[in-house]
Parts: sequence; structure tokens; C-alpha cells
Amino acid sequence: MSWLDWVSAILGCLGGFFVLVGGIGALRMPDLYTRMHASSLTDTLGSMLILGALMLQGGASLETLKLCAIAIFLLFTSPVSAYALGNAAWLSGHRPLEWDPEREQDVAP
Amino acid sequence: MIFAGAIAAIAVTMLLALVRALAGPSVYDRVLAVNMFGTKTVLLLAAFAFVADRGDYLDLALAYALINFIGVLAVLEFFRQRRWGHVPQVADGSDMQPTPHANDRTEGDDSRASSP
Amino acid sequence: MIAVLTIFLLCLCVITALGVVRAGNLFTAVMLMGIYSLLMAAVFLLLDAPDVALTEAAVGAGISTVLLLSALSLTAEEEHAGGIEPVLAAAVVLITAAIIFYATFDKPPLGDPDAPVHRHVAADYVPMTQEQVDIPNVVTAVLATFRGYDTLGEVVVVLTAAIGVLFLIGPDAPQGRHAPSGNLAEGGLKHHQPLRIVGKIAIPFIILFALYVQFHGEYSPGGGFQAGALLAAAIILYGLLEGRHAAASVIHPAVLRTMAAGGALLFGGVGVTTMLLGGRFLEYNVLRDDPIDAQHLGILVIEAGVGVTVAGVLILIYHAFAARGRP
Repeated sequence: MSWLDWVSAILGCLGGFFVLVGGIGALRMPDLYTRMHASSLTDTLGSMLILGALMLQGGASLETLKLCAIAIFLLFTSPVSAYALGNAAWLSGHRPLEWDPEREQDVAP
Repeated sequence: MIFAGAIAAIAVTMLLALVRALAGPSVYDRVLAVNMFGTKTVLLLAAFAFVADRGDYLDLALAYALINFIGVLAVLEFFRQRRWGHVPQVADGSDMQPTPHANDRTEGDDSRASSP
Repeated sequence: MIAVLTIFLLCLCVITALGVVRAGNLFTAVMLMGIYSLLMAAVFLLLDAPDVALTEAAVGAGISTVLLLSALSLTAEEEHAGGIEPVLAAAVVLITAAIIFYATFDKPPLGDPDAPVHRHVAADYVPMTQEQVDIPNVVTAVLATFRGYDTLGEVVVVLTAAIGVLFLIGPDAPQGRHAPSGNLAEGGLKHHQPLRIVGKIAIPFIILFALYVQFHGEYSPGGGFQAGALLAAAIILYGLLEGRHAAASVIHPAVLRTMAAGGALLFGGVGVTTMLLGGRFLEYNVLRDDPIDAQHLGILVIEAGVGVTVAGVLILIYHAFAARGRP
């Protein structure tokens, strides 16, 4: 393996780690907004690392160009989806949990 | 096979997102899960294109990256329609700005929030 | 590793399908169907069927969610329980499942070169694609040339589906007690500035990608069906952002109806033209002097017909649902 392959493998594993962390967060976090926060991690950092790793494998080719397009569109559309989702949830009356110092736990406001 | 780790992580994350989609509890959690699932599918398809050494498979990931968010927009529009009670709307739509103050918890969304 | 991944994704498919069946809330079912579509596209690709996977992506990623939510906004959100005898239904399902499981024992293993499907016509199609059509994508050659009749039939089926939908819920259908009122995509997401900006950035690229899929389908996955669905996705996205009437002003429904019928007519017209030129129905070789050139021309034209019909039909169905009032 050349040094480029090593860099690519490390980026891929890092990306996989962040994707996994985001997935666990989306499952384990207490309310919708914190879950969105967790999933945005996988959408941006994880995606970019994995796509970057693939680009290093692709070299200067049409594949890399397509991967660039995928990365750019993901960077555009993921936040927009999150905005649409958060907007819909907020307008329908979803509120984040708030810290209640008396009961020492997160409660619905 | 240097992407085996990344592909395995993506596949496991798909499972986690599916569990979130099945568990809910609110409808928005399900939408969030579907959205996450879409991003994971894009990554899985892109990584698989390199594992299979077929560059043209990337077209598929590109298609998803381009049009996957249409579904979330449809969801937003769907709930907006529900909120506004299907009143006939004015042509220019300029007065349709919903304000956060207008919301309350009695519009039926909470009844949807808990699903069996 | 690919086999393990495929089995894992198929297991997720089963879990999702069970979730869809179990969900009493129809919105939940629609969301789970979205996940199911994503999974199926991934499985199709893992099984080396990129053309099918691209169709699933083009239709499943946006359009089917929009159409299902449109339908859902016309009806109640909770499923009505009852009406089915559970014991009888369970017995029927169990017996059918047992028969299907029994039948799978006779199936050849996946990828077996001696399987009947690989020995019958496929063995002829692959070399014939090289000799007679000379395009890299065998699927396009099979779809457009060797199985041209079938594809024409599929296009007519798509057109028939649109005619059926328009008769049932189209603008000219009897309204009955359904007063027209606001509905999905009636007003659009005009006040959501971020969505409009990003959506309008995306639309030209979706259309560009649709054209690439349409005209590059002989060399890479894709063709008329996928391109038509992508073009429809672009117009439906515009309709979601700016309202149904804005989308209708981009391509007027009358033009859409012409497109839906005209594409199928174009396809059939190629067949009639080849007959007039002395060949058989859809025998492209007579179109030009060079048979390979003639095949390319024939495929280009009929794929265009397929794309125009599919795009027209999908946008028409979207308009039909979006214009429909709620009871």
C-alpha cells in the first residue's frame, strides 16, 4: 500500500467512526433536537471524511468529480433538510427538554 | 478492501437509524431517521462503487444526493397543511407566514406523537 | 463480504416491512416505506443491477414520498382496524409462505452460471449486444432492441395508469362532495427562504443529471424511465417550493397530457416507420444504411419517447393529487 492508500484508509476509518457515533447519538439522545444534533454529525463530518477517502482513491478522474458533486450537494441539502425538519417540529409545538434543578433531570417544559 | 471498516460502520448506523424510525416516538423522529438513512445510503453506494471498482455506480449516489431532500420538504409541506387546517389559500401566499406564537399543543400533533 | 452486506440489508428490509405492516399510523408507514426504498436500491446495486437501482432511486427518493403524502392528506391518518378474519388470514399467509419456502429449495444458487436464466436468452443477448448494437450497457440494448415490444407495452401501461388517475381524481373528474381547497403543494414553501434558495440551486442540476441519464444511458446505468422520473422530481420540487400553480406554469397540464401521450406515440411511430421502410415492427436496422448506426438512432428516439411519457405521467399524477381538495 502506498502512503496515499494509508491516508485514505485512515480517513475512511475516521469517517466510519464519526458516522457510528452519530448513529448511536441519534438513538440514545433524550429528545428530538439533540438527536438532530447527533445526526448532523454523521451528515457532515462523517460524510466528508468518507467521501474524501474515496476521492484519494479515485485520483484525478471523473469519479473524483462525481464525488465532489456528491459532497457539495450533501453539504447543501443536509442542513436544509434539518432546517425543514426542525421548522416543522417547532411549529407543531415540539420543545426541547429543559434542565429542572429541583428534580435534577431533563423535563418537558 | 480498505473501506471495509467504513462500510461496516455505515451498515451498523443504518440499523441504528432503522431502530430510531421504528421506535419514534414522535413523527419527527421518524422523519429524522429516514433522512439519516438517506445520507447513509449515499455513503454506502459511493463506497461500494469503489469496492466493486465500477465508477458508473456513483451515478446512483449522485441521484440520491440530489433528490433525497425532496421527501423532507414534502413532509414539511404536509405538516404545514395540517396546521393551517386546509383553508383555501390566497394566490400570492404572502400572508402565510406562520409565527412561533401561533403554535399550541392542541392541534393534534401530540396525538400523533405517540404511536403503537 | 458483499454477500454478508447484502444479507444484512435484506434483513433490514424484512424488519422495515414488518414495521410497515405493524404501523397503525399511516404517516409512519409512509416514512418506513421511504427507508424500504433506500434499502432496496442499495440491495439492487449490491446485486449488480445498477439500472434497476437507479430507477428505484429516481422514483423512491422523492416522488413516491410526495405522492404518498399527497394521498395521505386526502384521507385519515389512522388505519381502521378490523374487517379481516385474523385466523383465516393467518392460515392463508402461513400456507402460502410454506409453499414459497418449499419452492426456494429448487432454486439454483445465486450467480450459478448453469441457472436456467443464464442459459436461455441471456446467453444470446450478451454477444448479440456487441455484434448488432455495439453499446456497452447490455440492459439498454435488451430493453430497447431485443425486447422493444415489452418496453412499448410498459410505456403504454404507464400511460394507462395516468389516464386512470386522471379519470378518478383529475381536474376534470367529478368533484362530488369534495370541495376544492388548500392541499399539499397548493401554497408552497414560499416563506422558507433557505429551502427556496437551495432548492432553486438544485433544480438545474437535477435537470442536467436527468439529461445525462437520458442520453448517456447506452454507456452507463440509466435510460428513459430513470431520466423521466428525475425530470419529474425537478418539476415537483419546484411545485413544492413555489406552489402547484407555479409548477403548472412551467409546463402546462395540457402540455403534460400531450407529452404523456406523445412519448408513447413516438415509440409506436418508430415501429410504424420501420414497417413503412420495409422492415418489421421496431426493427431499427432499416432506419439507416449502417445497421449499427440505425440501432443507435432507434434506441435514442425510443428512449426519448419513454422519458417524455414517464416525466409527463408523473407530473400529471402529482398535479392531480395536489389539486384535489380534502373531504
